[in-house]
Amino acid sequence: MHPKRKQRLLVIGVLVCGVGLTTALVLNALNENINLFYPPDQIVAGLAPIDQRIRAGGMVVEGSVFRETGSMTVSFVISDLAGSNVPVTFEGILPNLFGEGQGIVANGRLGADGVFVASEVLAKHDENYMPAELAAMQGRKPPMGNTVNAGSNGYSAGG
Amino acid sequence: MKYIPDGLRRLWHRMGSPRWFYETTGSWVPWLAASAALLLGVGTVWGLAYAPPDYLQGDSFRIIYIHVPAAYLAQAGYMLMAVCGVVLLVWRMKLADMVMATVAPVGAAFTFLALATGSIWGKPTWGTYWIWDARITSVLILLFLYLGIMGLRRAIERPEAAGRACAILAIVGVINIPIIKYSVDWWMTLHQPATFSVTSAPAMPPVMWIPLLLNVLGFNLLFAVSVIQGTRTEVLLRERRTRWVTDLCRQERA
Repeated sequence: MHPKRKQRLLVIGVLVCGVGLTTALVLNALNENINLFYPPDQIVAGLAPIDQRIRAGGMVVEGSVFRETGSMTVSFVISDLAGSNVPVTFEGILPNLFGEGQGIVANGRLGADGVFVASEVLAKHDENYMPAELAAMQGRKPPMGNTVNAGSNGYSAGG
Repeated sequence: MKYIPDGLRRLWHRMGSPRWFYETTGSWVPWLAASAALLLGVGTVWGLAYAPPDYLQGDSFRIIYIHVPAAYLAQAGYMLMAVCGVVLLVWRMKLADMVMATVAPVGAAFTFLALATGSIWGKPTWGTYWIWDARITSVLILLFLYLGIMGLRRAIERPEAAGRACAILAIVGVINIPIIKYSVDWWMTLHQPATFSVTSAPAMPPVMWIPLLLNVLGFNLLFAVSVIQGTRTEVLLRERRTRWVTDLCRQERA
């Protein structure tokens, strides 16, 4: 290779490495701030600030969802499935994909009593996709509020 | 460069000639365009109308048939631009600059498509149109890089200087590509990890992934035909004062 070209290539290589290293250091320093939410183990360990707007994320524990009668308040427990659990209360409309065993990210404040009071709940989706028939065969149920009642909508009433 | 076979070296030298590119690719365009239309037609109709709905998301999952190929090409296009940037700076190949100028708006369009479809899907699935998580923010930065490169080219009057400035910005911005790719692994995000990888089986049955594969191939061809046709226009525009282009114009008129 022409020495001049070799030199230019070297300069570009050094430039990319330098910018890459700088970016890596900056991202590493900002690591905590780039994470969208606190996982349950960090909240249980007291690493999340109390009474500040934060996000908490985890899996909704099976059988932990309770709706208060006569109000929109829902309480449930989120878990990292490794022993750390955080109770959450929320008043409002849950997303369609919310359900037991599903991942969620909640926006709100952590109380001094360890209960997370959410003002917004977002459903997290995993990278798996499945047709309904296959899901039924594997015993997976659609999330709550999405109870399958298609087919009984009275379309057969006509004639 | 002693180890490179003569044939390859000759191809490399010929590729430096915009005229060679223009004359060689002319017959490719209709074939590429036709196969892109065929693949995209079959893949899109299959995906949007015939693939079974997802058991959780219902029909909204179908956005994957546009979102995944668009997001993939947005990143691949940027890498192509960065490679062209290196070729321009090191070998001073004019054709690389013409390709770079063409890729920027095409890549920006694909990036915008990925962001828009993701946002439309996010509302029924996550419950929000937008969230500042690492994946979505880094893709937004990709869009700004594309727009920045397009703006930079127009801001500098001398074409050679504009090309070099764009090349440097494209090369520096390539750092963003691994950040986009690994954002879902490095940080906690709302966006799910990659649906597809080269090393593992897809996490969905064939009736769902075959139309996606067709659309990914179709998007690739659409990207190729857009870049080739755009570069051909760029060649004519920049070489308009050369003998072969004026001869070509005279032939066309006759």
